Amino acid sequence: MEPLNCDELGTRGVNQQLRALLPGESARVVQPRGRHNLAVGLTAPTTITIDGNAGYFVGGLGGSKDGSGPDIEVNGFVGWSVGENLMGGSIRVHGSASQSAGSSARGGRIIVEGDASLRAGISLKGGTLAIAGDAGAMSGFMAQSGVVLIGGNAGHGLGDSLYEAVIYVAGAIASLGADAVVQELTDDDLLVVKQLVHDCGFDHIDPSQVTKVASARQLYHFSTHNHGAY
Amino acid sequence: MCGVVGLLIRDSALESQLGSLLVPMIDALDERGPDSSGLALYADHGAAGEPGEAEHLRISLGSDAVMNWAFVHDGLVAACGGVFTWSPFGAGVVASLPVALAQEFLHALPAISPDIRVLATGQHVSVLKDTGRPIDTCQRYGVELWQGYMAVAHTRMATESAVTVLHSHPFVPTADLCVVHNGSFSNYATVRRALMTQGITFDSDNDSEVAARFLARRLSLGDDLEEATRWVMKEMDGFFTLVITTAKEMSVVRDAFACKPAVVAETAAYVAVASEYRALAELPDIGSARVFEPQPEEVYTWSR
Repeated sequence: MEPLNCDELGTRGVNQQLRALLPGESARVVQPRGRHNLAVGLTAPTTITIDGNAGYFVGGLGGSKDGSGPDIEVNGFVGWSVGENLMGGSIRVHGSASQSAGSSARGGRIIVEGDASLRAGISLKGGTLAIAGDAGAMSGFMAQSGVVLIGGNAGHGLGDSLYEAVIYVAGAIASLGADAVVQELTDDDLLVVKQLVHDCGFDHIDPSQVTKVASARQLYHFSTHNHGAY
Repeated sequence: MCGVVGLLIRDSALESQLGSLLVPMIDALDERGPDSSGLALYADHGAAGEPGEAEHLRISLGSDAVMNWAFVHDGLVAACGGVFTWSPFGAGVVASLPVALAQEFLHALPAISPDIRVLATGQHVSVLKDTGRPIDTCQRYGVELWQGYMAVAHTRMATESAVTVLHSHPFVPTADLCVVHNGSFSNYATVRRALMTQGITFDSDNDSEVAARFLARRLSLGDDLEEATRWVMKEMDGFFTLVITTAKEMSVVRDAFACKPAVVAETAAYVAVASEYRALAELPDIGSARVFEPQPEEVYTWSR
């Protein structure tokens, strides 16, 4: 298949051709030039390569609830909200990601080989977000379910108002957000991190040395002490 | 949403291409601000045959009313003599005149027409603003042909105040100081009241104009650009990516939550800042540029 040239086809034209791919087929997207909304809403298990820098929402709303979906690779950096609301499949960014990487992802896996900016994994709902480098401030904000792995350092306010998502950090944590606590790494945690590190090829992370951050569960449960406030 | 653009040329060979580099940047941010737009051009005006820049001031004029600029010109000649140049610029005019004549010139304006507003003053800066799609404004006024060492642009999607020429950015509260803003301030009425008690006047009820005049006020008290910008962060509540330029510097700053986007591309030939990367994608050698996002509450400043 000829590469899909964004300059010639436009975003909608490219996305229509990607949507027409049959399971097992592959496509290459060229000249993205920071264009938004590339490869969004795709459900079939295909292989898509984007050659260059992509804009907002790349690969968003992709995959099916059984976890299957396209495997998308971006040879460049990506804008806000890569893989937003992802259901399945994978997105691998061979560069850095801007803000809100993997926001609200319900499933699938988003791998960022560089750094991720602020609010990575915000409102994560079951997906997996693996970042080789640093993550910006307020990452994991209100994340409900799923896993965030940070291979570098985490910015301020990590895991603020966390629900049941779990964050693993290999480097330093600038500060924890409200109701986020460091917990001891269990054997089960180690299994999860080991597998993820292996799958992502993040050799620089020693799974036994990561810091686990989870919810203290003080914020989202109703407390009778607060009865008077309601 | 709004789109902000700043382009500072470092390699003087590129100055002749400023306009052709700028227009695609603005067009790429059309979706972020299709209501109206405004642009500032910084250039040196000391070339042969032109009045020396040191003694001259450029005054950019505009209006929300349909203005008979020839009538205004004649009125100004009658009031203060013909010792100024007069060139159409955008929907308005740029006058260049000796600094000594500036007060007289500015005082004459309200009597000629109360609807005239000074969009900018400075030795280097000229400003044009208009409503409608940014690309139409660029084409209508030949922005592609602009030459100079720095340009600032804004594409506006209004949230806080009306869509008019005078509500459009950039705001130039004092000579050669130019501010464009993506975001919204929430306590601007309070800050504006405080500034008004200090004798500062406003051309619009725009929230960004308040930030611009607050910044100018801080500079007039002796702050440097970075200190003044920090005062904006301290005193003004809201979301912002601000691009602030002076005759010699370009700064960018984002609010504590980095609610509004910004991307910088830096090469030996230029420094460019824009709301989104796609506005930078057509710049020369962008592939080898250092591309990064400004961190929240950090003031980045580049000099000529």
